[in-house]
Formats: sequence, C-alpha cells, structure tokens
Amino acid sequence: MSEFKITRRGLLQSTAAAGAVLAAPTIFSSKAFAAGYLNEPKGKTVTFGFNVPQTGAYADEGADELRAYQLAVEHINGEGDGGMLNTFSSKALKGNGVNGKKVVYVTGDTQTKSDAARASAKRMIEKDGAIMITGGSSSGVAIAVQGLCQDAGVIFMAGLTHSNDTTGKDKRANGFRHFFNTEMTGAALAPVLKKNFGSDRVAYHLTADYTWGWSQEGSIKKYTEELGWKTAAAVRTPLGAGDFSQYITPVLNSGADVLVLNHYGRDMVNSLTQAVQFGLRDKQVNGKDFAIVVPLYSRLMAQGAGENVKGIFGSTNWHWSLQDEGSQAFVKSFGKKYGFPPSQAAHTTYCQAILYADACQRAGTFRPSGVGKALEGFKFDGLGNGPTEYRAEDHQCFKDVLVVKGKENPTSKFDVLEVVEVTPRAQVEYPASLLGGELGPYNDGK
Amino acid sequence: MDAILLQILNGLDKGGAYALIALGLTIIFGTLGVVNFAHGALFMLGAFCAVAVKAVLNIQMVTIDPTKTTPWGAPMEIRQPYVEVWFGDFGTTLLDFSVPVSILLAIPIMLIIGITMERGLIRYFYKRPHAEQILVTFGLAIVLQEIVKSYFGANPIPQPAPDVANGMIDFGILVGFGAGNVVYPAWRFIYFLFSTAVIAAVFAFLQFTTFGMVVRAGMADRETVGLLGIDIDRRFTIVFGMAAVVAGLAGTMYTPILSPDYHMGMDFLVLSFVVVVVGGMGSLGGAVAAGFLLGILQSFASMNEVKAILPGIDQIIIYLIAVVVLLVRPRGLMGRKGVMEH
Repeated sequence: MSEFKITRRGLLQSTAAAGAVLAAPTIFSSKAFAAGYLNEPKGKTVTFGFNVPQTGAYADEGADELRAYQLAVEHINGEGDGGMLNTFSSKALKGNGVNGKKVVYVTGDTQTKSDAARASAKRMIEKDGAIMITGGSSSGVAIAVQGLCQDAGVIFMAGLTHSNDTTGKDKRANGFRHFFNTEMTGAALAPVLKKNFGSDRVAYHLTADYTWGWSQEGSIKKYTEELGWKTAAAVRTPLGAGDFSQYITPVLNSGADVLVLNHYGRDMVNSLTQAVQFGLRDKQVNGKDFAIVVPLYSRLMAQGAGENVKGIFGSTNWHWSLQDEGSQAFVKSFGKKYGFPPSQAAHTTYCQAILYADACQRAGTFRPSGVGKALEGFKFDGLGNGPTEYRAEDHQCFKDVLVVKGKENPTSKFDVLEVVEVTPRAQVEYPASLLGGELGPYNDGK
Repeated sequence: MDAILLQILNGLDKGGAYALIALGLTIIFGTLGVVNFAHGALFMLGAFCAVAVKAVLNIQMVTIDPTKTTPWGAPMEIRQPYVEVWFGDFGTTLLDFSVPVSILLAIPIMLIIGITMERGLIRYFYKRPHAEQILVTFGLAIVLQEIVKSYFGANPIPQPAPDVANGMIDFGILVGFGAGNVVYPAWRFIYFLFSTAVIAAVFAFLQFTTFGMVVRAGMADRETVGLLGIDIDRRFTIVFGMAAVVAGLAGTMYTPILSPDYHMGMDFLVLSFVVVVVGGMGSLGGAVAAGFLLGILQSFASMNEVKAILPGIDQIIIYLIAVVVLLVRPRGLMGRKGVMEH
C-alpha cells in the first residue's frame, strides 16, 4: 500500500497545475481572453450598430434614421458643424470620438419584421463586434431587439417605438428609450381634445392589431373616458390592410362623432385618406362636427396623407419648427447636409446616438453596466425637447410632449404640421410602477 | 339595411380591383400557362404611371425669394407648376385631372412593359415547372418594386381624385332609404363602373374580334392553331401585353383610393391568386365573378355584428372560402376540366 504524503512543493505544484487546467477552457476562448465584457473595443475605433428599416412599410423613416445616425457619428468624431453637440448641456464629448476612439458603424435592415431585426442585430453583435445597437421603427421590432440585446449583453438605444411596453412590461436593464410613449400621448392630447371638441363625445377606434396599436388604444380610451367621452367601439384592423373602407363604413352609422385612428405609417396614410373620402371630416353627428384624431403623427406620414391631415390633431415627439436652440442647430445641420428638414424619427435616433456616446465618455468605459449607470437618472437639456431626464426606474425619457395639428395653409411640402401645445413634462409623467415589468440586472455579455 | 348596402358598395369597388387583376392573371395563365407572380407589380406600375404623370405635370418653375431663407440657411424657393404658368386655368384643371389623364399614358406604357416582360423573360420559362415560373416572376416583382422605391421612395404618394369626383353620392335617395343614410364616395363608385367597363371591353375583344377568336382557339388548342399557319406566339405576346394593361389600368385608377407605394402590388397579389383559384384557373368569367364575390364577402365579414360572433373572420374569410370551394369543387367555381388537375 503506497503512502500518500503532502509536501509544501508538491502542494504548490498541484495547485498551479489545477489552476491551469481549470482556467484553460476560458483562457483560450477568444471573448474571455479579449475582454471583460462583450465586444470591448481594443483598437482605435468603436463600432455602433444601426438597425433600421431599409425596406418595408417604414423604409422612409428608416432612411431618415440612418441619415441622422451618420450625422451623429460625424459630430461625435468632430466632423461637420457639431449640430446639437454645441447646445447639449453635457460637455463630456470633445469631438474626438468616444473614450479616445473614433466611432465607426455598421448597418442592418430590420424590414420592420421582428425576426429580421433580431437576425441583423445578432449579426452586428457577433460578426461586426457592435458595442451598442440602436434604431428600429415599430414597437414590435424594438421589443424583440431589446430582448436580444439584453441576452447578448450590449446596450440597446431604442429608435422609434411608442408602445408603453418598451419601457413598461417588456423593459430591460440594457434598453433605453428617448422617444415618448402612448401613456404620455394620452395625457398630453386629452386636454387639447377637450378644449377643441368638448367633453361629451362618442369615439370609435380603429386600431392596428399589434403591441403599439393596443397600447395606443388603451391610453387614448383611458384619458378620453376620464374626460367624459364614451367609446362606441374599438375595432382591430390587420397591419397593412391597404383598403380600410370596410372598417370605416360601420363608423358612418355608429353614432360616434369622433374617429380615433390608432394607425401609423402606411396604414395611417391610407386609413386617414379613406376616412376623409368617406366624408367623415365634413360630417355632422349628434349635432356636432365629426372629428378625426391621429394620436401619433410624424411629418413623413403627414406628407403621405397630403391635404387630408388639415385640422387633424395628434401628438409628436419633436418637430422641426421648434425654435429652441438645440432644435434649430439640428435642423440647420441636417438640412444643410440633406436639403430637407429632419423627421421626428431622425431626431430621436440622433439623440440616442449622442446620449449613448456621452454616457460612455462620462462613464469612461463601454461596459454596458457602466454606461447604463451613467444614463440612469441623467438630466440634460439642449437636445430639442427642453429639460429631459432618463428615469432610472424604467429607462424612459421624460420631457415635454408636443400636440400638433395638420396645418391649414402649408408653405412647403415639409410644413404640414403646426405645434398647438407644448405639454409640460409634469403633466405627462406617471409612476414607474404603472406599466409593470422589471428591469432586471445589467448584462455585460462576458 | 343601410349598413348592408354600404358593405355591398364597398365590396364592389374592392371586388373591381380584385377582378381586374385576377382577369389579367387568368388571361396569362390561360394563354401561356404561366403563373405570373409579377402581376401585382404590374398593378403597382400602373399606379406609378399616375404618379409619374402628376410629377411631370407638376414640374415647377423655381424662383428665388432673396428676402427669405430656409431654416438651414438655403435660399427660399418659390415654386409654381409650368402648366399653370403657361396655360392658366386649363393648366390647373389638367393637374386636377391627372389621374384620369394618366390612363392615356398607362395604356402604351403597360403594353410595352408587358410585351418586353414576355419577350425578355417569361418566354424562356414556358416549358419550365410552375415552381420555377413562380420563383422567377416573384424575383422580377421584387426587382420592379426596388426600382420604383429607389426613384419614388417608400412613402405613399397621395393622388387625389379630381375635385368634381371627390364628393359623395347619396344612394339613400335612389333606393328609398332617405337622404343621407347611404352616402358613398363618388370616386369609388366611378372605379366600380370603370372596372366593369374594362372587363366588358376585354370580353368583347376576345369574343367579337378575329384576334380574340384566334386567341381563344389558341387557349383551347395551341398546337392546332399553330399548324394552321397562325403565328400564335406573337398573338400570345400581345395578349400578355393586354393583361399588363388591364392590371396597370386597375392600378392607375385605384390611386385616389389607395395612395401608391412600391409595396402595394404585393398586397393585392396573394388575394388575386386566391380569387383566380376560387373562380377556376383559366376561367375569365370565374375570375371576374370570384373577384366581386370575395370583395363583397370580405366587406361583410368586417361588419362589427359579424365579428362579434366570429372574431377575426375578416382576416381569414377569403382563405376560408378558398378552402371550402377547393374541397367541394376542386377546379373552382367556373374552372375548366383538366386545368391544373394533373
């Protein structure tokens, strides 16, 4: 029988050997070897991933988002006129990139489809080494990509997404949203509707049948019913229905005197055009002038609907006619480069890219948890919506909300909306617990 | 009752579009045996003929107002269409009537597109399996879409109907429901009449002209007609062009109802194939009848009263009908025996 002896030298040798064996699987895997977090930039550049709809129903918005991202990259790298970096209250960015690295970017096409958007985001993270994903149009896409970024371990700076769920029940620690949401639209729009149409109205909702439509319908119903309005019906319509006539004709004899179109993009252009064709804008019901409401407007959509938007109320995140210093700087910079004013989609995505870069600079790292902490509760000004805060509890930006109306006498094809009310932030703010969900922990993607 | 009448009217204009597209599809399938998945793109190209005509008529004289600048510092431009500068009120009217006027352009343009398509691509796939025909024509549709998108953008481009046709027709007075109870947009009714007229013209052409007679004979027995010394291929090429014109006209006149965008053809394509299958592959009458029938049924299925009993029925009704028809009568409502049955 052999004797088992432990010597000091033997113990040290054994421990070293065991340590080497245990460490081997991770030492030789590239990620662990390369970084303490996923896609940590090691060279002279850092890669942003711009995931926008380049085809599909929101391709025009996607194109505008991409223009804004390219402008943001120029400004972060110290090229061009600097745009809103000149008016941004944070002065962390110096026009020499972020954390000493120049920003480069890769792009993906979401096609306004969740699966395609996730696939392109995945490609940008795994193949292109994107440290952050931003963009998208449609809440369905945003929620899907946000989930992917959380699981992968990169930051997601949402683009155009208006559903409550993005920073409500589907919120994630790695996700941040600058754009407003349907809860804020409802709170801002309802008082203007009361002022213009009174508190004794019967509304008929036509709603796009997906997360954003449901969210919008819920918020508008909630706030208008608080005013005393009744809801005659809320009818779900398929996305991309094209001809909405079969959904509009029941409105004619429903007793409703307000039609709320919870549609966006091509669907809104078509449903509004067809509602006007059916004479709803000129109709009288219950002794009142019939009203049409489009709760979420964009300038691109309004252009598509042409004269049909005249006099119709809605809300928007930002509009190029705003006279504050930040908005003017952005319009000047964007207009000079592209020859036309930016849309709200361009504005929100530009802001998201700038805010992310600024947070990295302030945090001194690209590590998601570090950047997230720098964004949480961050208060800023000079990006076009007045004083704004990234609320720590749900990563939702809170700022003033614009109520707009289709302009009666436009002076150009871009001048289709006029701002009728700037609703103060205090009026649209709600408790973080209202919309449910849990942020959970940050994922650094080790 | 008035709600039912309104949905019938809805079904008629929608059915008109389905019928016109399905008619073209059936003509192509009946003559050439080709399953043309680019047919929706032809509908879209027709719509963009209206956009192009409006754009040409709307070419503007640009003058600079030195006293004003844009918010981004560029000189402010004042624009006025040349047709208004040159022709005054007539120019304004011409712009207003750009959609009906664009029919004049759509006919030759679509004919050329159809013939080019058939000679340049489709003819190489006559004897290939249907799956390959579908793939190549679907690919062509995507190419055409992307070309249109690169020129016109992805946003819908509004094409209003002429002012005179922008109002409502009061059917309530006509059918005894009282004034104001059944009012319907005039342009949609015009579209229904237009689609009926085009369908009648196609049938008359095929029924009462020598050319049509030869084509019908060729549809029945291509080889025998060819053996009689008739260049049936050339005639079929022209027929393909005609089908393109029918789809194009359907798109041109539909623009005030549905603002054109590059993707609009795809929305109609699948529905139109269902219409063709329900009507019976190769049956012109079947395509037209099924187009109107499915248009009307789809409208009824969207009524709140129906959806309260069968939620979501509006989104599946057309496919449900297709399933039922194919189970009960596999060759479709008016399909010929032997077509697509082997």
